[in-house]
Amino acid sequence: MTRLSAAFSKGRPALVTFVTGGDPTPDATPAILDALVEGGADVIELGMPFTDPMADGPAIQAANLRALAAGTSTADIFRIATAFRARHPDVPLVLMGYASPMVTRGAQWFADECAKAGIDGVICVDIPPEEDAELGPFLRAARISLIRLATPTTDAARLPAVLEGSSGFLYYVSVAGITGMQQAGLASIEAAVAKLKAASDIPVAVGFGVRTPEQAGPIAKVADGVVVGSALIDLVARHGTDAAGPVRELTRALSHAVHESRKADA
Amino acid sequence: MSTNPNSFRNQPDERGHFGAYGGRYVAETLMPLILELEREYRAAKADPAFEAEFDDLLEHYVGRPSPLYFAPRLTEELGGAQVWFKRDELNHTGAHKINNCIGQILLAMRMGKTRIIAETGAGQHGVATATVCARFGLPCTVYMGATDVARQGPNVFRMKLLGAEVVPVTAGAATLKDAMNEALRDWVANVHDTFYIIGTAAGPHPYPELVRDFQSVIGREAREQMLSRTGRLPDLLVAAIGGGSNAIGLFHPFLDDSSVKMLGVEAAGHGLDKEHAASLAGGRPGILHGNKTYLLQDDDGQILEGHSISAGLDYPGIGPEHAWLKESGRVEYTSATDREALEGFQLLCRTEGIIPALEPSHAIAAVTKVAPTMDKDQIIIANLCGRGDKDIFSVAEHLGVKL
Repeated sequence: MTRLSAAFSKGRPALVTFVTGGDPTPDATPAILDALVEGGADVIELGMPFTDPMADGPAIQAANLRALAAGTSTADIFRIATAFRARHPDVPLVLMGYASPMVTRGAQWFADECAKAGIDGVICVDIPPEEDAELGPFLRAARISLIRLATPTTDAARLPAVLEGSSGFLYYVSVAGITGMQQAGLASIEAAVAKLKAASDIPVAVGFGVRTPEQAGPIAKVADGVVVGSALIDLVARHGTDAAGPVRELTRALSHAVHESRKADA
Repeated sequence: MSTNPNSFRNQPDERGHFGAYGGRYVAETLMPLILELEREYRAAKADPAFEAEFDDLLEHYVGRPSPLYFAPRLTEELGGAQVWFKRDELNHTGAHKINNCIGQILLAMRMGKTRIIAETGAGQHGVATATVCARFGLPCTVYMGATDVARQGPNVFRMKLLGAEVVPVTAGAATLKDAMNEALRDWVANVHDTFYIIGTAAGPHPYPELVRDFQSVIGREAREQMLSRTGRLPDLLVAAIGGGSNAIGLFHPFLDDSSVKMLGVEAAGHGLDKEHAASLAGGRPGILHGNKTYLLQDDDGQILEGHSISAGLDYPGIGPEHAWLKESGRVEYTSATDREALEGFQLLCRTEGIIPALEPSHAIAAVTKVAPTMDKDQIIIANLCGRGDKDIFSVAEHLGVKL
């Protein structure tokens, strides 16, 4: 069983957390990642900073720019990932970002580096199934999950193409929009997740606009996982190199809400 | 369109690729919309009523055909090939941008979209978009880098007069690239009712193709006008390139005329070894804003800021068809510095009584180098894609003149 499938096979929903690598500095990121693990996150998404994060809202845009201003390079991201893998042999680590930094030295190079660093999966925001050849075959050959996004605009006709060649989990973007803004209605999330689950066995994690334990809990009842990013990034923005403590606290509250969500009814 | 396998005019392929370039590198939320746009564009292209409405607006609203003008004093001054200009600066709104905006707003209405967004750098595309939105009564939001808002005040005011909302973008370096990011963010959040009018022959498929098709009226007219005036084809076409829409519009109808050479002119800014906006000369292939193309970027694929005296050329990428035309060798690409463009600007003012925009001043700079090396019976057509009214303040500043 891969680390990712183990994370979604614990008999309870999974908490997936996102922070941008190198924010506020490359040296500060390891402690923030540790805080996510200590707080109970089941999957860690590490953002690769990019100059032009066009699918992201103001919070993650600013995080990308802070990371780049601190001199964060792709080599730093892989160094952070390699060290994380050494400290946390069992916690799945996913790289999330944009195509340009991923393919700029060639997709083979990127897949090799991911494999060496112990990366479990990759989410590339701007490579849809139509352009899969750019990156997908290289990741699959290196046994790294390509995690695709499904959105409210992904209709039944497209869904098979989205699922084809994807693994690990499916990231359901619950609102048509950018990260960190409004939250979708629970009923629409439940209906969308049901459709996705009917089409595939792959776990479905729901994200975009989920900020608090109160929001995360109800979503966890209907999905296999909940993704939280911007709310954690806001803490990094506020506390800078001292962010690990506040990040651990919020993650703990989120993981409690997500992990216990289905017990509340029992 | 030609089915000849040796044609240069049958790109892109069905997946929107121009050779290794182009494509559809967008977030999943936009993918269904991009596919719908492509279906709708195919239907519009096959619909004589769509073409008739486009042609009618170009004739009576934009003022086409634009003249093809022989420039006698410039030709004499340069002492070589005959220099002719395609006068797209005489269009309504003062640049070639309006051709594309007419086409795209007709498409938007055909798709039932009720709100228009656009990005703009210098403001010419923003003004052209605001113009067609006023003409058809659609609300219009234009994203413009805060830096550009500050240095292009007259165009900001024009857009507002035309009823558009101008949103200053403070992210990044607050220029065209950041405005495009913000327009994409708006679009992804409003896909149900919003049409994004992209201003250049770049972005995800089918934008590079449809912008090229709408702008190809430039080259079709120039080809017919040259044949009817001189009975022959030109020897060389010259056009400035930022994203490359005026250049592809002039070049594309001539691509299979093997005797016609073509020269695209990128902005070399302070020089190719310093700050510039010449993606083909100083960049390498990468992925940004929905397409794969030549980009100014560092070793990690982080996008670098372009620099040019011309805000309209100040973009770190280039349309994917140009990337392909460069690699295929069909079109040659060169560059002109800020200083050379300023000299070209003044030369045209002085010799022909035409104040060009700073964008085509780069093409004029290239003409001044190449015309003297050609025979007097040879013919150059340069695309005069915009007029210089918008640039007189920045030109005065660069020449050290206080207005």
